[in-house]
Amino acid sequence: MSIGAPTEAPRWVTHALVPLINLALALIISGLLIFALGEDPFEAISILAYGAFGYPEAIGYTLYYTTNFIFTGLAVAIAFHCFLFNIGGEGQAYLGGLGAGVVGLAIGHWPSPIVLILGILAAAAFGGAWAFIPAWLQAKRGSHIVITTIMFNFIAAALMTYLMVEIFIEPGQQSAESRDFEAGAIMPFVHDILAQIGIDAGHSFLNLSFVLALICCVLFWFFVWRTRWGYEIRSVGQNESAAVYGGIMPSRAIILAMCISGGLAGLVGVNEILGVHHRLLLEFTAGYGFVGIAVALMGRNHPFGIFLAALLFGALYQGGQELAFDMPNINRDMVVVIQGLVILFSGALENMFRPRIEALFMRRARSAPAAAE
Amino acid sequence: MAASDRGREASPPSGAAPPALEVIGIEKWFGTVHANSNVNVRVAPGTIHGIIGENGAGKSTLMSVVYGYYQADSGEIRVGGEPVQIKGPEHAIAAGIGMVHQHFMLVDTFTVLENIVLGVEGGRMLAPSLAAARSELQRLERDYNLEVNPDAIVGELPVGVQQRVEILKALYRGADILILDEPTGVLTPQEVDHLFRILAALREQGKTIILITHKLREIMALTDEVTVMRGGEVVAQVMTAETTREDLAAKMVGRSVLLRVEKGAAHPGAAFLEVADLCVNDHTGLARVKNVSFEVHAGEILGIAGVAGNGQSELMAALAGILPKKSGHILIKGEEIAGGTARGARNVRAAGVGHVPEDRQHMGLVTSFEACESGILGYHRDEKYNGRVLMDHTAIVADVGRQMEEYDVRPPLPRLRTGAFSGGNQQKIVLGREMDRDPDVLLVGQPTRGVDIGAIEFIHRRLVAMRDAGKALLLVSVELDEILSLSDRILVMFDGEIVGEVTQSEATEQALGLMMAGERQTPPQAPTSQENTP
Amino acid sequence: MKKLFTGALTALALAVTGALATGPASADDFSPAIVFDMGGKFDKSFNEAAYNGAERFKSESGVTYREFEVTNPSQREQAMRNMARRGATVIIAMGFAQAAAVETVAKEFPDIKFTLIDMVVDLPNVQSVIFKEHEGSFLVGMAAALASKTGKVGFIGGMDIPLIRKFALGYVEGAKYVNADIEVYQNMTGTTPSAWNDPTKGGELARSQFDRGADVVYAAAGGTGVGVYQAAKDAGKLAIGVDSNQNYMHPGTMLTSMVKRVDVAVYEAFMTAKNGTWQGGFKILGLAEDGVGFALDKYNRDLVSADMEMKIEAARKDIISGKVEVTDYMAQ
Repeated sequence: MSIGAPTEAPRWVTHALVPLINLALALIISGLLIFALGEDPFEAISILAYGAFGYPEAIGYTLYYTTNFIFTGLAVAIAFHCFLFNIGGEGQAYLGGLGAGVVGLAIGHWPSPIVLILGILAAAAFGGAWAFIPAWLQAKRGSHIVITTIMFNFIAAALMTYLMVEIFIEPGQQSAESRDFEAGAIMPFVHDILAQIGIDAGHSFLNLSFVLALICCVLFWFFVWRTRWGYEIRSVGQNESAAVYGGIMPSRAIILAMCISGGLAGLVGVNEILGVHHRLLLEFTAGYGFVGIAVALMGRNHPFGIFLAALLFGALYQGGQELAFDMPNINRDMVVVIQGLVILFSGALENMFRPRIEALFMRRARSAPAAAE
Repeated sequence: MAASDRGREASPPSGAAPPALEVIGIEKWFGTVHANSNVNVRVAPGTIHGIIGENGAGKSTLMSVVYGYYQADSGEIRVGGEPVQIKGPEHAIAAGIGMVHQHFMLVDTFTVLENIVLGVEGGRMLAPSLAAARSELQRLERDYNLEVNPDAIVGELPVGVQQRVEILKALYRGADILILDEPTGVLTPQEVDHLFRILAALREQGKTIILITHKLREIMALTDEVTVMRGGEVVAQVMTAETTREDLAAKMVGRSVLLRVEKGAAHPGAAFLEVADLCVNDHTGLARVKNVSFEVHAGEILGIAGVAGNGQSELMAALAGILPKKSGHILIKGEEIAGGTARGARNVRAAGVGHVPEDRQHMGLVTSFEACESGILGYHRDEKYNGRVLMDHTAIVADVGRQMEEYDVRPPLPRLRTGAFSGGNQQKIVLGREMDRDPDVLLVGQPTRGVDIGAIEFIHRRLVAMRDAGKALLLVSVELDEILSLSDRILVMFDGEIVGEVTQSEATEQALGLMMAGERQTPPQAPTSQENTP
Repeated sequence: MKKLFTGALTALALAVTGALATGPASADDFSPAIVFDMGGKFDKSFNEAAYNGAERFKSESGVTYREFEVTNPSQREQAMRNMARRGATVIIAMGFAQAAAVETVAKEFPDIKFTLIDMVVDLPNVQSVIFKEHEGSFLVGMAAALASKTGKVGFIGGMDIPLIRKFALGYVEGAKYVNADIEVYQNMTGTTPSAWNDPTKGGELARSQFDRGADVVYAAAGGTGVGVYQAAKDAGKLAIGVDSNQNYMHPGTMLTSMVKRVDVAVYEAFMTAKNGTWQGGFKILGLAEDGVGFALDKYNRDLVSADMEMKIEAARKDIISGKVEVTDYMAQ
């Protein structure tokens, strides 16, 4: 068609209005549920918002959760850019934690910066290695990555349990937890840093891993859109035949994308193990890997969008917990329902309203080009 | 014929003879695209009416509105003078309108007869309706010279016959108005001739035929009247006898165009591309190229003619290093290149081969990329685009922008999404990318498929200029016109083999057509391919 | 997204800030709180027993309590700190997994009383309640040996942790106390927390022990036990319940239950805190304190003969007096 007019809705509609409408719908339906449970939905939303952003510690916890979601969201997004659906973020995060923990246990008495940098590298390497196997199987043997990454979540869980129960458990302990790390392997808490300059930020889990997450967002953008590896990954993801035509080896792009994906997911281990728990333990991943899928979907695989989506989910986690605290009729399962609704509307039902909303704006916009012709 | 009586009911007893089909003031928007703007067409009964226009001119949209796939935003459709509401294909069929699609809607594993009664079985038991259908079918076949065996399995029939099954289907459902959407794209010249005979016979019997095409030759050969569309509007409706190809082309494009390619004699030099005993299998392991040998010299265009699907695609893919060869040799300027892997495409490119793939959307471009990103595909590792770690985005935008200007891409905006460009402009992005490196060998597949007439002219001129600059060009096209006007030598491929070779001067459409249908050239003028025939 | 939240925020900031920012309440304000662990308060076992104890306290004293169920490990510490900040004066932490969180938060809030069930944290404001499960298990081990006709009994544990080995060792010693030659089969359901809630596998393990000749099995496996009891009923063998009195589940095949009075511990922690008699330090509840025991009620009356009851009662007294010593696996 020689009409050069773009056939797309304005960017702000696609990237801002549609997600906001999805979010609003999720909140309206949640509100109806809360109302049905006999609580005041407006008060609930207020508590949720206050619990997420109302005081320094709440913000700290929100950002702490955000950190995890940024890592897993970026992990899912980089795989998406190669048209791979990495459902294995959970297992990769688990292994990433193992990597960080091994460093913490082994050399915790070394100078902190060295330990932390090695810990970060180990977490990324362990997570990346865990993603490498499904990636290799996909690239060379055609085993479907969705299936293999799911299976690798189970294998990771079993492996971690074995290691914790048989090797890392602190003698005489009931729960399968290792001994505490020495001071060198502790990622500084943000509230401690703020306290040094005289700001009281309460006591939250927010640690410097958050800064690492922000750095990852920036690096992610440069990697995907400004390096030839990112270019190759996107080519394979968008049009594999064109990539082959362009001399790109899809198998290499798949393996590269998945290893980076696994590495990013593995950094959850830095936040959890080096940043919060300061010891190895079981089940610290707590579903962050899966939520990363929703975060990436909602963030449209762009680091800025992922940051915002991660912040939203961080707020839902932190605020939702406060909700469970303050509203007796809303228990933790109800909070999961609300989180699920947000995921449902912003992820799975994304395309329910998008075409209609976009069509609305295209129709409105077309009077201008039509007049010009 | 009970069914077709329904169609006749609508038309008043002869005399004034209202148009068989009339569309009045059709408006259709897709988003911001005004696909049909105040379209008015009158189709006289018992005529063949051509609708011509470039891709995106709105002709397919118009016909989809008539057949009920889309609803017009406003406007009216009249059949035999009576306004009708067409809200779906079933309404169109009830109004006596039949459609033969570009892509056939047949069940491959059914017989012809079963396909024809499909959806109009009429009754719970199949046998009686099949028997009735059989006699009806035999009558239709006789009347229209259709030559179809009702018991053949559809999937085993040649494409041309499958198309006739589609026509039979429409007639069986009582169509008085038959719409054919680009019917000749998949046919050999002989099959095209047969189709035209059938259409003429249908016209004799009083049927009305609407032929949608972008091929001027067909319009001139067959139609009584022609409607020209451009940019969603009807720009002319004229009697075919009163117009010329050039005039129609000018109306389609909006300016006068040169239809013939102007080129001087070729001055072939050294063999830049040598192919010997090449065998290639496709991904499923099927032999698609069988013992093919030829040479392409500097300063010549070698055309490969053939009906789509006879191994040309696999041959091109193997030459470009994408498909592995099973056996044989490919030498570029005397050197064998390791191909067959993704790395192979890179090696071939590095050896000085450009490749304009047949299917630009599937292979040549990434439609979701910005034009500047599509414009470096395959060359994205070049030094000029890369810094130590990051790509030099400014250089990429500038370089692709320059290519776009040079190759007349409109609009020349390197940051626009590739998919937002029209087919012709996308093709020019590919051409710009592949020709800008000044390769010694250029593989060109279907360079003008889906490309506007104006752009075809431009592309052809660039290809000839490249030949004149002493490069070797290999051209694969299913458009015989294109092969005939561009190539200096022509090879014909059939079922993976080369069945004949002619020079441009001795080539005729008739002779090529026979070879494209599998008939071997009588004097063994292509010894290499003949020797190795199993 | 951010805008939405900030918008909502300004609307309510004033309303809520006043209510929450007051910090820990003054000492005479009594405000109890409980943090359940990941199993949730309706786990039919440990957490539910705690819930029952808390409910009993509520109905008797008329004082409501705050509660929270954690869904991931990070929430334990945060939940406890939240409770503390909202003025809780006594906080009960359920389960050994919360020990680390209690240790951290108890240091931050030295004025708040913490009761930790099933694990020890050595701080002045922490009351660590642990049970002598081995003593209770000793008694049910005796019951098993006395009821067994084949001279073979079984033990099915949940997750393989020291605590469950403590159950197992007490059980074995009890059985051998009756019959030195008795054979005791031991199986753990798994090594992950899912082993607490896998009735299918529990049933399978029970059946395999029955096949090897066992005719009484003791399940110390949380929700997994449900499968064990069902398997025993289906095979016509005997089973022994754990934690709560589970005799009612299958009258006729439930030989007895090793009760662990988590509910009492929770109830008492709240009550003593309310009365001002709450004390930090260790609280070890064994047979002497009625913290663990052997359940005898109308559901299993017919299965326990007078002779059995007498022997077990005698052993109970001997253990309390110190005449019989049961090995504590964790003290080894």
